Amino acid sequence: MDFSPFVERIDKFCGYNQPWEIRKDYVPAGDFGVQPDKRTIKDLINTSIINVDKPPGPTSHEVAFWVKIMFNLPRVGHGGTLEP
Amino acid sequence: MNMVTKSGKEYVCLMEVHCDFQEERLRAIAKEFVGTIYQKPPVRSSVKRRVRKRKIYSLDVLEIEGRRVLMKISSEPGTYMRKICHDMGILLGCGAHMRELRRTRSGIFTEDTVVTLQQVSEALYLYRNCGEEDELRRILIPMEMAFCGIPKIIVDDETVNSLAYGSPLMAPGVVAFQGFKKGDMVALITWKGEGIALGKALVDSVSMGKRGEVVKPERVLMDKDVYPKAWKK
Repeated sequence: MDFSPFVERIDKFCGYNQPWEIRKDYVPAGDFGVQPDKRTIKDLINTSIINVDKPPGPTSHEVAFWVKIMFNLPRVGHGGTLEP
Repeated sequence: MNMVTKSGKEYVCLMEVHCDFQEERLRAIAKEFVGTIYQKPPVRSSVKRRVRKRKIYSLDVLEIEGRRVLMKISSEPGTYMRKICHDMGILLGCGAHMRELRRTRSGIFTEDTVVTLQQVSEALYLYRNCGEEDELRRILIPMEMAFCGIPKIIVDDETVNSLAYGSPLMAPGVVAFQGFKKGDMVALITWKGEGIALGKALVDSVSMGKRGEVVKPERVLMDKDVYPKAWKK
């Protein structure tokens, strides 16, 4: 049995090599949802992560806020400050 | 985002020592910092100032120029680099402070995928004004990539929507999984690889039976009704 090649890409992103164990044979009957990398660009903008190289000076909050304005998004978060 | 803040970090750090020192002595002290250290958060910090234990996975001295030392440090989250510099200074006998700091890795996000704000701005310009979305696609990392590093469970399409509504994952819905222990944070994904929810495992994967609850979702990521309702027919 195989599943979407995207699942393998997630594991490759950081070199995670915990093996997959299959519980049951399964092939989806319908065609629901969409493979993450095949989302429309608008959906990707709403749900993705950007690994931003924050320059010294502005704070993480400021950079997150700029990204929010640049993309015209309702919500943006950041993954932690360097030295709170 | 909690997944990122709670994962390992890597830094490049520039320390300035307040006196001339012997290189050998500094390298010997640097070695002492690898492993578990005790650290009291600095005066200006966002956490309670009590001594904590932190693991330093590696500490490499990259360059020494006069009194300045460039180091690469890999550590557990919540380790203060400023304090490491300060403490190394005490051991050297004359004090030291941190001049510059750059975080080079936060969890699974390394310098390999990093982009500057200028690159983001250019990619957005190409998309908005030239209709070219390739550059923007290259920059946007699907949120599912953040699941790398934790066990994942693929569930069948019929189960997806109940999870999107916040129900626990029951054993019959599991298609495939990566081994997990009771209490582990696990990611629930679809056959296509879409993130549905993050949750706590209620059982060990080895003792998972044919029925019963397997995962209690804590953070639902997928919108409701992307997948069909299977429980009301």
